[in-house]
Amino acid sequence: MSAAATTIAHEVPPQAGPRAFLHRLRRGDEIAHLITLTFAAAILLITSLLVYELWINSHLSRTHFGWAFFWTKVWDPNFDNFGAAPFIYGTLVTSVLALLLAVPLGLASAIFLSELAPRNVSDTISFLIDLLASVPSVIYGLLGIFIVVPLMRTTFGPLLIHTVGNLPYVGALFRGPNYGVGFLTAGIVLAIMVVPFIISVSREVLLTVPREQREAAMALGATRWESTWQVVVPWARTGIMGSVFLALARALGETMAVTMVIGNAAVINTSLLAPGDTIASTIANQFTEATGDLYLSALIELGLVLFLITFILNGLARILIVATERGGGRPA
Amino acid sequence: MSSRRIVWRKSLNYVMLTLTGIAAFAVVSVLFLILGYLIWNGGTSLNWNFFTQLPKPVGETGGGMANAIVGTMKLLFLAAVMGLPIGLFAGVYLAEFGGKTFSFVVRYTTDLLNGVPSIVIGIFASALFVLPVKHFSAFAGGVALGIMVIPITVRSTEEFLRAVPGNMREAAMALGASRWKTIATVVLPAASGGILTGMLLALARVAGETAPLLFTAFGNRFWSQGWGQPIASLPVMIYTYAVAPYDDWHRQAWAAGLVLLALVLVSNLGARFILARSKAV
Amino acid sequence: MEKTTSPTIEHKQRLTIANLNFYYGPKQAVFGLNLKIPTNRVTALIGPSGCGKSTFLRTLNRMNETIRNTRVEGEVLLDGQSIHALDVVGLRRRVGMVFQRPNPFPKSIYDNVAYGLRINGYKGRLDDLVEQSLRRAALWDEVKDYLKKSAFALSGGQQQRLCIARALAVDPEVLLLDEPCSALDPVTTAKIEELMFHLKDSCTMAIVTHNMQQAARASDFTAFMLDGHLIEHSETSKLFTTPTDPRTEAYITGRFG
Repeated sequence: MSAAATTIAHEVPPQAGPRAFLHRLRRGDEIAHLITLTFAAAILLITSLLVYELWINSHLSRTHFGWAFFWTKVWDPNFDNFGAAPFIYGTLVTSVLALLLAVPLGLASAIFLSELAPRNVSDTISFLIDLLASVPSVIYGLLGIFIVVPLMRTTFGPLLIHTVGNLPYVGALFRGPNYGVGFLTAGIVLAIMVVPFIISVSREVLLTVPREQREAAMALGATRWESTWQVVVPWARTGIMGSVFLALARALGETMAVTMVIGNAAVINTSLLAPGDTIASTIANQFTEATGDLYLSALIELGLVLFLITFILNGLARILIVATERGGGRPA
Repeated sequence: MSSRRIVWRKSLNYVMLTLTGIAAFAVVSVLFLILGYLIWNGGTSLNWNFFTQLPKPVGETGGGMANAIVGTMKLLFLAAVMGLPIGLFAGVYLAEFGGKTFSFVVRYTTDLLNGVPSIVIGIFASALFVLPVKHFSAFAGGVALGIMVIPITVRSTEEFLRAVPGNMREAAMALGASRWKTIATVVLPAASGGILTGMLLALARVAGETAPLLFTAFGNRFWSQGWGQPIASLPVMIYTYAVAPYDDWHRQAWAAGLVLLALVLVSNLGARFILARSKAV
Repeated sequence: MEKTTSPTIEHKQRLTIANLNFYYGPKQAVFGLNLKIPTNRVTALIGPSGCGKSTFLRTLNRMNETIRNTRVEGEVLLDGQSIHALDVVGLRRRVGMVFQRPNPFPKSIYDNVAYGLRINGYKGRLDDLVEQSLRRAALWDEVKDYLKKSAFALSGGQQQRLCIARALAVDPEVLLLDEPCSALDPVTTAKIEELMFHLKDSCTMAIVTHNMQQAARASDFTAFMLDGHLIEHSETSKLFTTPTDPRTEAYITGRFG
């Protein structure tokens, strides 16, 4: 730094350089900047540490099983043989079931709230639905155990077995013993849990659709439903997709409610009424009991897998939601 | 344009619009069903002992969850002490100081952290503070919850700081206040209602978290002996009691569920109330 | 007080508006309006902003019903039939509308034009009608090779003509234009005015404009509105040269608005 630079540092608003930095430091701005920067950097540190710990602690399992971990169907702690396939299967099946139930219900509710209900009614209902989203998952699990499981065991399960179960192809999904706990029960509880997210995000994006779009359709003689379904929803579809991804990410990572109603069995079963296990529920159930190093390492690798899946899904969801809010729907 | 078609289109219109209304109604009724069922079952099981007594040994009926209530409060205190400052200052950084690239990275990472399943946070806290010492602790549980508090606090703090009108900052700076003085004396107070709301919501959310506590704070049927010892919490108690085969435990699980839900809903409503008040001013 | 000078021509009237009042909640926006809109002519509605001309226009296809808490009184007759007795979906097919800002759907150019036909269950050859509508909107030559492209790829002026084509496709008897050129450049504006001239053969038009030159150039009749009241209505040439009301004169000579 030259001498000239030091002399003008007082007059010119300093941009860079150690002298200029000291100048601002005296005014306190730099200190505040540094302190807040440190805390912001702490978030990066924590997140990197999280990835690092998952990676390091799953080392044993990763080197021992390699990629075969993902398609090995056996999970046997007694013989130190671990494969994630049953849990990946259970996670996917329960999440897909949850979305199949929650997306139509959530989208329909969002349409009602944004297109039909008067604004004050819509705001009140949205408020109630936001409350629904804040109910802790263990409480959903509690209700799952004592309401949904008995209902499945006594009413819906037998009903499904005797009706859909007799059909060709789909029937295979509803056969075999019915304990009340299982994939379908977990899917139903998950659906109830993610529906508030779908509604609240979809309603927001539907409300950003310009009035002119609705008017253009109606001025051509479209009914309200036609204008909503053919014009408003397509306009908002990327944002709605975003809400679905968010819901999916949450369903995949959800632990307690699923653990309480899925039955905890490390098997792949075609019947949706059969008990199973998900990645998250397996970790929750077995982590404290994991005796061997390899056992623990395999469980942590399951955590790593779960982390990566939700990481990707959340990224996709964010991109989609930002895209709609910025530019409105772009036709394909 | 046949009139048959018009009739069909209009019928479809009414049917579909009615269906959307039914869907919204169904979702809202789930909330009331949950509340109603929980209040019914929890209310009949709840008594004064629940708040004052320790859990009874297996096989004996009665007792309470006083230790779990205190435990949850202790864990929330730890989470607040660890998570809120990081969230607050990082939020101030993003709203007031941040450059372009670094802020983007911080924001993105914050969202990423927010999306991490709570069970994975539990593994993380366990790997840091439990596995090395082979000992569950309240501290590890507090860390796990504290990490979950951070992203929510960051985003709400940034959002509410950005909502403070720019002319307020300019007015303060025109009077000769430095940047940090402007932030500390004008911007932060102006956004305080919102920031507080965000913090309360963050704590309300982690108050009900179970998964990150399972293998950090673990659980305890007695009073906790200190921050380095396992500690009971309401959500974990609900879980263990609900999956246990005893009727009396189920009864207690319902009572604990009601208390937990009340705690979460009251802080949610309180947070919204603060926000509404601060906006009205 | 209300002096409504109806045009003294023995022409067929497509729309007859009698004693129309319109309210946004407690606030009245249109006061006892009487007006006749002659068949296959262009009627311009002018007046300072906020005078209720757009609100009035939107009562003609009952578009205001999509806004909550509004109320309409009085009668609007389309070919002698009350529009309030008609089915609203059918009415809007017969009375098309072009909006202030181009509002194409997020679909292809072709699908935008075909939209109204499809929902109405049109059985004929869609391609022919799409082409014909685009031709009527003077857009065909510019887009015939890009029909499958997104409507958003078009320029603002092309988008507005696409919206006109979309409205024309269902063959409306009346076309309502709500400041269709306010977002467009002068060259495109001229194109749209020329287009309106050609459309007169098949269509009755009512255009709201804040641009007096446009009203003078493109319309046969002009109605001047002020604060929700119809002040004067006559042949365009007459209104702009020898207005009978001092307020009309004040407006067209630029003393307010």
